Amino acid sequence: MATNLPVSAQSQGGIGTAPVPHTEHDDHLHDHEHHDQHWLWKYVFSQDHKMIARQFLITGMFWAVIGGLLSSLFRLQLGWPEATLDWLQPLLGKWIAGGKLDPEFYLALVTMHGTIMVFFVLTAGLSGTFSNFLIPLQVGARDMASGFMNMLSYWFFFLSSVIMFSSLFLETGPAAAGWTIYPPLSALPQAISGSGMGMTMWLVSMVFFIVSQLLGGVNYVTTVINMRTRGMSMSKLPLTIWAFFLTAILGILSFPVLFSAALLLVFDRSFGTSFFLSDIYIAGQALHNQGGSPVLFQHLFWFLGHPEVYIVIMPAMGMVSEILATNARKPIFGYRAMIGSLIGISLLSFVVWAHHMFVTGMNPFLGSVFMFLTLIIAVPSGVKVFNWLATLWRGNIRFTSAMLFAIGFVSLFISGGLTGIILGNATLDIQMHNTYFVVAHFHLVMGSSAFFGLFAGVYHWFPKMFGRMMDEKLGYIHFWLTFIGVYLVFMPMHYVGIAGFPRRYYSWTGFDAFSQFADLNKFISAAAIIAFFAQFIFIFNFFYSIFRGRRATQNPWNSTTLEWTTPIIPGHGNWPGEIPAVYRWPYDYSKPGAETDFIPQNVPYSQTASSNLPYERELDD
Amino acid sequence: MTALTILLVLVLLLVVFGLLFRLQILTSIFSGSYVKEIGMSNRINALLMLVFMVVGGAAFFWSFANNFSKMNPPIASVHGHAMEKMFWTTMIVIGVAFAITQALLFIYSYKYQHQDGRRAYFFAHNNKIEVIWTIIPAIVMAALIFAGWKAWTRITGPAPKDAIVLEVMGKQFNWLVRYPGRDMKLGVVNYRLIDASNDFGFDLSDKSALDDFTASEIHVPKGHPVLIKIRSRDVLHAVYMPHFRVQMYAVPGMPTRFWFTPTTTTDEMRAKLGNPKFNYELACNQICGKGHFAMKLNIVVDEPDDYVAWFAAQTPVSKNADLMASFKQMSQQTGLGKGNSKAARAEAIEETGETPAVPLAAQASL
Repeated sequence: MATNLPVSAQSQGGIGTAPVPHTEHDDHLHDHEHHDQHWLWKYVFSQDHKMIARQFLITGMFWAVIGGLLSSLFRLQLGWPEATLDWLQPLLGKWIAGGKLDPEFYLALVTMHGTIMVFFVLTAGLSGTFSNFLIPLQVGARDMASGFMNMLSYWFFFLSSVIMFSSLFLETGPAAAGWTIYPPLSALPQAISGSGMGMTMWLVSMVFFIVSQLLGGVNYVTTVINMRTRGMSMSKLPLTIWAFFLTAILGILSFPVLFSAALLLVFDRSFGTSFFLSDIYIAGQALHNQGGSPVLFQHLFWFLGHPEVYIVIMPAMGMVSEILATNARKPIFGYRAMIGSLIGISLLSFVVWAHHMFVTGMNPFLGSVFMFLTLIIAVPSGVKVFNWLATLWRGNIRFTSAMLFAIGFVSLFISGGLTGIILGNATLDIQMHNTYFVVAHFHLVMGSSAFFGLFAGVYHWFPKMFGRMMDEKLGYIHFWLTFIGVYLVFMPMHYVGIAGFPRRYYSWTGFDAFSQFADLNKFISAAAIIAFFAQFIFIFNFFYSIFRGRRATQNPWNSTTLEWTTPIIPGHGNWPGEIPAVYRWPYDYSKPGAETDFIPQNVPYSQTASSNLPYERELDD
Repeated sequence: MTALTILLVLVLLLVVFGLLFRLQILTSIFSGSYVKEIGMSNRINALLMLVFMVVGGAAFFWSFANNFSKMNPPIASVHGHAMEKMFWTTMIVIGVAFAITQALLFIYSYKYQHQDGRRAYFFAHNNKIEVIWTIIPAIVMAALIFAGWKAWTRITGPAPKDAIVLEVMGKQFNWLVRYPGRDMKLGVVNYRLIDASNDFGFDLSDKSALDDFTASEIHVPKGHPVLIKIRSRDVLHAVYMPHFRVQMYAVPGMPTRFWFTPTTTTDEMRAKLGNPKFNYELACNQICGKGHFAMKLNIVVDEPDDYVAWFAAQTPVSKNADLMASFKQMSQQTGLGKGNSKAARAEAIEETGETPAVPLAAQASL
């Protein structure tokens, strides 16, 4: 204790030691603080953005466990294709009759793993949690623009979750046509049993999911545009908010296209139309459908699908920027370039979708265009990486659990992002398309990275969410096991991919060309299952700390952003008094001449004469 | 009983972990490190970053080198060799970027770990280096795009006029192959004419269909361009021939194509690999249902003479009595394939942009 720095001593004192502007007492706002609210309205049908964020987070965690469990099941099959897995019979019943996983159920597992992870965990769980939690707190608003719509957003997500979860227990199995649900496979129950009731429920669930996303997205955008506190110009927004803002715009513009694709698919499935079906002879019967195009569906799907991967990764990028700056005790390098690259990525993300379709029979000229646009996206992504590295350079780094995960994020984003340069090249994609090289690529760059962003965010903002700290030691163990585990799973997967192993294969033993990596697949499976179980350390830490964790101080990380000026556990309305005004950008860390190594955004220049830069002196009034 | 024991052991292990965890908290409260922000663990984590880089980097390098020979499927097509070169060139470029950025990340993490009394360097931006590291990747990308674009246009461009034509049709869960026969014209097919004996849905009222023949594996001659026309009759499939670096979806209702030139015969490849059982394989690479993982078709690359001999020895569909009978019946049932074949043929040519005929005599001169 005695060896403590002046800096960390600061944090114990909280806001009292940082200069704070005078706030007026406001009786009316204290009304929000009443504690006699019925539990149903406080915890269940809450309109408070912080409670809704917690609801999204815990539902997302539930889904992550399910999604991870499914992947462990199919990794068992891929690692030990000859094994007899009788002991799974109580869990899987007829799907593993005789200890052999049913090949159709294997496809259902990969389909549901993808759907759950991409949509329910990394879209709703990540963006839903942190956009909700941080937007009002960091822009200085009492709540979202519409608390009611925000509540609906969660409950539509909940409804969608219930439907998707129930579909796992159907007699004919859940959807099994891959998470991209390409018709005709997804349209014809004759083609695969999962395309019966399972696919119907998938589509219905996704419709509610899209509604949830749109309600949330409109709210996020409106709140950021209209409800920023006094002084909070767009050029003073923390990068988290910029990322959530652009993510919400992507969602609003792209999810309706998935909705339309789903709707047309429903028509093809149920009402005999031929949007995506043509010239099909199946199960001894020639279908009447003519003139439809399966490739049209792919265009519609990826018009959402590609922005979707940025919807997943951009919130993580924003949070990582924030966490890196805070814990390196340095301003984020190139704040404007960071915003510019986010905008660049957002714009480009809408014009690269067909790189998923180079070899689908699409006109090769389109392939050339999309290759060009796709590889350009490496430039803003590169800028972000370089800026993160420059942020660490000559910092004074504190390795909190959040910081570890943020550094892990950068590492995984580099590793996964670079192979995108191979896959975005149409020529090389001829060989790599749909192989394990693709699987390794996107699991690193959007799967694991986004998960690392999510973990970083939870560790960092947990004190604000629950008023207590998570256990740091468990956090360290969780990080190192996960970080090493992820690399052990996905690095070797590239080798398997370069060798041409196709994805979504129940077993490769039938092919000479794919016979050489049985050992490596065993290794990958073992690493994946161990990494999955390591996540229970996090889950334990999370729930334990909610109730028994060390009590948080008001600003435990000595951070500059507005959420840390609220009480330790902010009530409804966030600030008991007036909302603080903002005077400066969010990254005044280690400013030369300043008394502390951070100056919160709500401290006017007049109180920091010693550290003001030349142009800031004019603002000193 | 064993299950119960395992369960019991697991529960006890969890209890032990739980107790250790509590103990750890209590000791840290006692020693005062519980509320201390930056201490020993910061140094350990910083060191682990460095250890991770060194050990992880070495493990990566070792495993990559160790598996390298297994990673590269042998190449047997002209464009495959060019692609391979481009792939490894790109790998080197991204490998360099990977090594530099990862090294900086971990070295910075270690080097700039917290030190008491030091303050971070306030360094908010620098236009010059930002411009540099925007432009350099842009130039590298431009070069990669240009190389990729040139190769892509060549590979996906029209097949040479004298290419051998064959058709592969995907169905749940196997591949069907047909050749155009002596007239070198693929006859008209119609999915409504498909039945148990007429897998392809041959429309035998089209004269050019009569000499078509089907095969149980693909035969192609070495050193001659081959154009594969691709169809599907039910769901999406993808023709994936890893040794030839060929991949194209099979789309119901939309014929696709891919052409390539094989460079090594099956026998030559067997000798080269020292594996007398080696076969070129075609795999399905687009999820298509229960049997997706088992849609295999062998490809045989022959010496041109052998290919011509094989070609001449095949039986045309018109000699298949079952098929002829089945066609007659289907044609009566559906009213299809009766004199309307001329129009259908014109449509098929327009649809597939069929290349003009190369007579077998010309093929014999390969």
